[in-house]
Amino acid sequence: MSVPTLLLQIDGQPVRVKAGSSVAAALRLAGGMGVARTSVTGQPRAPFCGMGVCQECRVLIDGRRRLACQAVCTEGLRVETSE
Amino acid sequence: MHAEVIVIGAGIVGAACAHALAQAGRRVLVLDAHIGGATGAGMGHLVVMDDNPAELALSRHSIAQWRALAPRMGEDCAYSACGTLWIAANEDEMAEAERKQQRLHAHGVDSRLLDAPALARAEPALRKGLAGALEVPGDGILYAPNAARWLLAQGGASICVEHAKVDAIEDDGTLQLADGSRRSAPQVVLANGIEATTLCPELPIRPKKGHLLITDRYPGTVHHQLVELGYVTSAHHSDGDSVAFNVQPRPTGQLLIGSSRQFGTTDPAVEAPMLARMLQRAIGYLPGLAELNAVRSWTGLRAATPDGLPLLGKHPWREKLWLAVGHEGLGVTTAPGSAHLLAALMTGAAPGFDAAPYAPRGLPETA
Repeated sequence: MSVPTLLLQIDGQPVRVKAGSSVAAALRLAGGMGVARTSVTGQPRAPFCGMGVCQECRVLIDGRRRLACQAVCTEGLRVETSE
Repeated sequence: MHAEVIVIGAGIVGAACAHALAQAGRRVLVLDAHIGGATGAGMGHLVVMDDNPAELALSRHSIAQWRALAPRMGEDCAYSACGTLWIAANEDEMAEAERKQQRLHAHGVDSRLLDAPALARAEPALRKGLAGALEVPGDGILYAPNAARWLLAQGGASICVEHAKVDAIEDDGTLQLADGSRRSAPQVVLANGIEATTLCPELPIRPKKGHLLITDRYPGTVHHQLVELGYVTSAHHSDGDSVAFNVQPRPTGQLLIGSSRQFGTTDPAVEAPMLARMLQRAIGYLPGLAELNAVRSWTGLRAATPDGLPLLGKHPWREKLWLAVGHEGLGVTTAPGSAHLLAALMTGAAPGFDAAPYAPRGLPETA
């Protein structure tokens, strides 16, 4: 039996993940370190604590700023890692 | 280093005092316990306050000094000349805005009244139905911890900073440090905010706890520091808990949201009911805040005197000791003016404005 999957978009690129995955996991699957945002000094930042405390995984999810580690992927989700 | 003055506390007030004393030609040793205080916890606002003539004089002179320093300050000091909008929710508060403008004008502080449409154009994120505002363009904000470090660095070889906790001030003015060693200088400045009462229990200073919250980056949401005119009535009661609307646009695009006041607690914990009350107040003025993402909240303790003015001058009986404490919520604003007055008194120079209203008071006359 195959595991159900979902298709979402990260910065316009399609990414397929297992149902139940967090957006933080999807960022990692999309490649590299799973960079979520850029600091004011221009450093790339990625999920660190994975439990909603460090705030380093902020992304725009369907236009609203959310923590990637606390958001569960749904079909067609649009994720942007702008700031 | 053979210090001529020791400053206890490297927060914004201690740093400004060290800076002013170094400028007056003194060699200064700064002792800081790295406990962290109001400088790191506060909003870093530079705002002219006019509750009484002494507060107005100190804040006005201080902001003029900050404005003169700002072009030389590093970018990490995050100085922003955003100005303040004192928001009037109704016609009564608009009348207060007019009285405030007259008081500021009488003392040479530039300001202008905005009617309701002008306010809505200036800050579209504010709720509809507000009466107007008083804009004070000379006000600003900065990041106080870095500004304090910058002030200390300006002293060059004249300022030496040492990580040390002072355990006691002996009768002859010698300082006893936690590591067992001692430090002595002809003059000592106590500038460690709320911690001052551990060394001088006789000081009439009480902790006034405050909560703050900062959002993620939403550039362009707010353009000025926003303060409700009701702040003057809600925040300045000497007793009882209160909240007031106060929001700053940080240069990062984040919004820093205050403010709350509580007496009778030194517990640093964020209290959800107080934070909720503060945020409800803020959302009442800026409804869109409810949609934004908060990144962090924290608390700090203001060092409050009974009359709201800092204690600046010679301690009445402690040998060699000078006071620069009790700045409550206005320490970042008034640090340069406080330092100017104290350094003038300590070096026998003539201060640029009257030091009398801030002279240490409310202490027993003798030990």
